[in-house]
Amino acid sequence: MAMVLLADDAYLFMVAWETMALSSYFLVTTDHRLPAIRSAGFLYLLIAHLGAIAILLCFGVMHGGHGDYTFSALRAAELTPVWASVAFLLAFFGFGAKAGMIPLHAWLPEAHPAAPSPVSALMSGIMIKTAIYGMVRVIYDLIGGVRWEWGILVLVIGAGTTLFGVLYALMQHDLKRLLAYHSVENIGIILLGLGMSMVFIGFGQTAAGALGLIAALYHTLNHAVFKALLFLGAGSILHDSGLRNLNDMGGLIRKMPNTAFYFLIGALAISALPPLNGFVSEWLTFQTALQAPLIDHGVVRSILPLFAATLALAGALTAMCFVKVYGIAFLGQTRNAPTEAGARAAHDCGAAERIGMAWLAAGCFFLGLFPVAFLLILNRVSEALLGSGLPETALVSNWLWLVPTAPAQASYSPVIFLLVILAVTLVTFFLVRRFYHGRVRLAAPWDCGFPAQTSRMQDTADAFGQPIRHVFGPLYRMRRILPGPDDAKPRYELEIEDRHWYWIYLPVARLAGWISAKVALLQQGRISIYLLYSFVTLIALLIFVR
Amino acid sequence: MDNAPGFAFQILQSVFVVLAAPLVMGWVNQCRARLQNRSAPSLWLPYYTLAKLFHKDAVIARDASPLFRITPYILFGCMWLAAGIVPVLATGLPFAPAADVIALVGVFALARVFAALAAMDIGTSFGGLGARREMLIGFLAEPAMLMTMFTAAFISGSTQLTTIVDTLAHREFAIYPSLAFAALAFLMVLLAENARIPIDNPATHLELTMIHEAMILEYSARHLALIEWAVAIKLFAYMTIGFALFVPWGIAEAGNWAALPLAFAALAFKLAVAGAGLALIEAVLAKMRLLLAPEFLSTAFLLAVLGMLIHFLVSG
Repeated sequence: MAMVLLADDAYLFMVAWETMALSSYFLVTTDHRLPAIRSAGFLYLLIAHLGAIAILLCFGVMHGGHGDYTFSALRAAELTPVWASVAFLLAFFGFGAKAGMIPLHAWLPEAHPAAPSPVSALMSGIMIKTAIYGMVRVIYDLIGGVRWEWGILVLVIGAGTTLFGVLYALMQHDLKRLLAYHSVENIGIILLGLGMSMVFIGFGQTAAGALGLIAALYHTLNHAVFKALLFLGAGSILHDSGLRNLNDMGGLIRKMPNTAFYFLIGALAISALPPLNGFVSEWLTFQTALQAPLIDHGVVRSILPLFAATLALAGALTAMCFVKVYGIAFLGQTRNAPTEAGARAAHDCGAAERIGMAWLAAGCFFLGLFPVAFLLILNRVSEALLGSGLPETALVSNWLWLVPTAPAQASYSPVIFLLVILAVTLVTFFLVRRFYHGRVRLAAPWDCGFPAQTSRMQDTADAFGQPIRHVFGPLYRMRRILPGPDDAKPRYELEIEDRHWYWIYLPVARLAGWISAKVALLQQGRISIYLLYSFVTLIALLIFVR
Repeated sequence: MDNAPGFAFQILQSVFVVLAAPLVMGWVNQCRARLQNRSAPSLWLPYYTLAKLFHKDAVIARDASPLFRITPYILFGCMWLAAGIVPVLATGLPFAPAADVIALVGVFALARVFAALAAMDIGTSFGGLGARREMLIGFLAEPAMLMTMFTAAFISGSTQLTTIVDTLAHREFAIYPSLAFAALAFLMVLLAENARIPIDNPATHLELTMIHEAMILEYSARHLALIEWAVAIKLFAYMTIGFALFVPWGIAEAGNWAALPLAFAALAFKLAVAGAGLALIEAVLAKMRLLLAPEFLSTAFLLAVLGMLIHFLVSG
């Protein structure tokens, strides 16, 4: 992986890229005895290679048949707008396949749950980010001359990825699958930042473009931290209680308080709540969108904030999804877990697991509270790529205040924010304790006086998503079995599938099958026929070569 | 901005907001009672209720986690922070730049997430139901709120509430059609976020229709008091955000003591009118079916987006 980031040459880049793809294939198929995991691995390998072919073609287009394949030669090559756009499309979809953007995301929710949890954390946290690196490197640096039309395409795909990711995540009850769909969503958020930045650069507003780029890169970093934390949390649940279906969990906060604490931090961070790190990068993305009046193209200027609206919607949906995850997994009463999973009593995470999660949780706080230090580092990146960074007014501010453009326009100080909120909460606490009493009586839950409360009456993961299914119904492919009024044994079944399978993948698979069937006609299996082919080919070559 | 009068104003406003918030609640209840031809309760009733609740023993379900106990304090802290940042009496408060409008929406979201988590903590059926519905309302209301804020931010070129108020209050009188749309959208969001009719009914314990009440069913005594108080502060904060965006006149600047009486008078007048208006809305409307709430809120969202587009159209 590190090789991909260090490569300064297209050959080395491709070799490192392929090594990464292959080694992660073997990581995904660690438990290769299960057929589901094998097929997930193959799907991953297939889509990774489709992407790799596109990237290879992209390097070929940029190379144009002269010079060599070092990055500096590629950078120097002048491309006509048409070829530059072709190279952009190849790079965007090639890297997008690895990043898991829609419609090439299908491998992600299959491969991530199949892999062991630390591998999922690594893949989701870092591997799909190398694709973002590749995208930025190739599009900004090697192709150069970013056009705003490209930015619009990136924005549209990014918005689609964000919404589909979070809406499908809300429907999942397998914790790791849910997290994998959230990776798709977060790639969408990163793409939104990148797309805005490309639009601004296309219109010559490099300062705003730098802000968008920084927002996207900062979100890349943040996502790596909090998603790794969440995957390790999920792994800790899987390891210590043997559960991966949310509907079997419940009340884990009492059995594994440490995991619960770290997972809460991760959940708040991914839900983009202040003062943690997810909020900072989304805030920067919003600020980028608010630079829209700088663009002197009426239509583009007015649609840019709509993408910010998408981001807002996705943020709120993420919060809903993690309330669901946390509420159902950690809070409430223990559900009756079926069969062998329930046999193993859940226990808290061990010291090693705790350290693994603790430093990531601390990272969430650190990145959230002191964003300015990282902003300056990322600003150097944007200076290197775009030739200009943030405006002077933004950089004069000290470490306490995050100011993207000018103090009068927008500022955010997470440290003061946290201090004030802690201060007022503590003041409230001590005032209440000082003037009144702290007497507490423990009793059974009241629940409006309803006595026969059992753990099966709690919301399940699927029930929590029900309003979303209602509002966004057409986006899902659902199969439902509803019980009739007279059923002696009422049964309720619900199955939700990704519509992309039916829109894109199955038609493509059928097409491939059809073409192979036609090609198979050539293979008659008789020597004389093959000799005839050779003869015809020879004649044809003789005619053309002369 | 490190100035003593500024901090004095900040503290004055923070204390004032916390103390005055239940009064607004009392006023709304009184107005509504009058409109419904009931004999009105005292204006101070919310304070008596709070005092009563604080004196009681807290009853907590046996298997409640620590999250359940700290949530009331977090809610109260979030709302207090929000109300401290909004320019209620004065602009240019020293803490105001710490959080702009986007962060403000973030504070409300933080409070909502904790409230929903606490509701699911005991594991009762009503808790989960309330949390689910609250998050449903929330995810629709939040983007609408942000778009409203964006409209104002585009007009004034800033997401700082202070700057927005300065721009809007000290301009020549001009009609912004975009602000009219934004105001309507904001009103709808206010109704939804504060659990008022037509989305939720603050006066009901009718089990199947409640949202907010379902979430706090398990709370009692001081915890319940803090939550009720936080709800009052939230309503107050939302109203004053509305004033700051749409009718910012009469507000003082931090450190300017002479303008303070006028600011108080203007605020009292605005709150009285807004409270009466809220009571009127609640008296003439019926509560919607829950499944219609998404339509209501997406209308608000579209209105806000429309307002923003109109701004771009008019400003060319």
